[in-house]
Amino acid sequence: MSNAPVDHGRRRFLTIATSVVGGVGAVGVAVPFIASWNPSEKAKQAGAAVTANISKLEPGQLIRVEWRGKPVWVVKRTPEMLETLTKVEPNLRDPGSEDPQQPDYAKNQHRSKKPELFVAVGICTHLGCSPTYKMNDFDAHVEGVASGFFCPCHGSTYDMAGRVFAGVPAPKNLMIPPYMLSENDTVLLIGADEGTV
Amino acid sequence: MFKNLMSWIEYRMPFMEKMNLHVMQYPAPKNFNFWYFFGSLAMLVLVNQILTGIWLTMNFEPSAERAFASVEYIMRDVDYGWLLRYMHSTGASAFFVVVYLHMLRGMMYGSYQKPRELLWIFGMLIFLVLMAEAFMGYLLPWGQMSFWGAQVIISIFGVIPGIGEDLTLWIRGDYVISGATLNRFFALHVIALPLVLVILVFLHIIALHEVGSNNPDGIDVKRPNDGQPVENNVSDKFTFHEYFTKGGKKIIVDAIPFHPYYTVKDIVGVVGFLLVFCAVIFFAPEGGGFFLEPPNFEPANPMKTPDHIAPVWYFTPFYAILRAVPDQLFGAIFMFLAIIFLALLPWLDRCPVRSMRYRSNLHKWNLINFCISFVVLGVLGVLPATPTYTLLAQIFSFTYFAFFGLLWLYSKNEKTKPLPVRLS
Repeated sequence: MSNAPVDHGRRRFLTIATSVVGGVGAVGVAVPFIASWNPSEKAKQAGAAVTANISKLEPGQLIRVEWRGKPVWVVKRTPEMLETLTKVEPNLRDPGSEDPQQPDYAKNQHRSKKPELFVAVGICTHLGCSPTYKMNDFDAHVEGVASGFFCPCHGSTYDMAGRVFAGVPAPKNLMIPPYMLSENDTVLLIGADEGTV
Repeated sequence: MFKNLMSWIEYRMPFMEKMNLHVMQYPAPKNFNFWYFFGSLAMLVLVNQILTGIWLTMNFEPSAERAFASVEYIMRDVDYGWLLRYMHSTGASAFFVVVYLHMLRGMMYGSYQKPRELLWIFGMLIFLVLMAEAFMGYLLPWGQMSFWGAQVIISIFGVIPGIGEDLTLWIRGDYVISGATLNRFFALHVIALPLVLVILVFLHIIALHEVGSNNPDGIDVKRPNDGQPVENNVSDKFTFHEYFTKGGKKIIVDAIPFHPYYTVKDIVGVVGFLLVFCAVIFFAPEGGGFFLEPPNFEPANPMKTPDHIAPVWYFTPFYAILRAVPDQLFGAIFMFLAIIFLALLPWLDRCPVRSMRYRSNLHKWNLINFCISFVVLGVLGVLPATPTYTLLAQIFSFTYFAFFGLLWLYSKNEKTKPLPVRLS
């Protein structure tokens, strides 16, 4: 035991130095615990692109394709449906698709690569429910509009290009996933837009 | 022989000393009414949840493929599995019933006021952890409402600007709610959060015993000892732990030992509670579709949303506030504020008088306003969001928050009645 007086400066330095080194260690140890919550390699694999055969799609028909566990809608819109897209624009929240809810090639009135073919993630942008396709009876929800999408959870409505109507809980247009078509337009690849189908 | 064993232990660990301090020689005000049942009942339900929960994990399989089927297996093939599960699912709702009543008691008698602020904060933390615990537990049966309810609640984190999307991906561990989400929720539900909950309950009680229990009159039972005898003081008959009398510096007035007086009283509460609890378990275990919702009898299907998504009843007041605000981000903010404001009550209420018995009529009406707002929001949160219901939800969200605003305004110069000197 030394009887030398306590060197407070030295003691404080050692306390701080020990705390800092220990703190860095604690942060380092936290990394694997936090990172293990990220999607695993398997989950990322399951999130890869999927194909769908659309050669037999009838006008007005909607098919659902599962991509990353979400329903992706593929609709072959009729000319009447495309006509209404202009008519409903005054009632929409984001008619010009300014929100980046789509790839650049779908930032147009019909929000698609080909005007008749509509591809969208069928998940309401409000709280993640899946809206219902109202092919002929949408005017019960929006007067004078024959077809559109209606979310049963909180009553959000979307037009036939997945654009949200004003005054409903959903804040954004439906998400358009990246996609591409084969040369003869018979096969649709959802989840990627580079390379070949 | 036994006495020797006891003193052998006592020398090494002060067991009887701590029992005396917290149970046999703890002074509790003599005028507790039935509102004081709900704290001990909450502990009873916690024990029920832990016990039945442990037994349920023995047969439950936390995977997307097997979870729903293993719950059916528990219900149909495991001996008394149905009873263990119904005790657990009914216990979840009972937990919120007693906790909400326990909180209302605190609000009526000003039990959050100085010096019980920290006690109240611990209570609010318990409430928050309890909500997380219940939410994660509800995903485990992997029914339609489990899945879509979780979808809605996790999406709330997505509204945080900048990091929201990545945060929801991190919480789910997948692009959608999947087996990965189910597994981590299971781990949190059965290990992490119960541990936190038990620790918080322990701290809640330690904090309570430090400042002492409040009572329906809201006046103190421990006062400085000025040497004057106190007439008709029931506390004279009992020995209280010297920790509370501070070696004679404090005198305890109108308090009785927690054991046996309140342990016996609480048993009456337990009997009454169990009558109702068992009636639900045996005759209405689904709670009319409010404890176990009908869509949850279908396995989770990510491709099909149920027609109407409503959280379990104990979340609906907050859910109604979320839906009432047209903007997503502000909806989420207001929902959290609804809880934050409750936690801030000790500082929002500036009145020196605790109990509503001696406070202004305005305060009583305001408390009634709070109760009505909370209940109406709870009902609206169950119903679909039609324009009329949304308008009503907006009105009652406003009155809910108005409770806190008004309280802050009038409590500074509130006209109160004179406080009694002794407990009534």
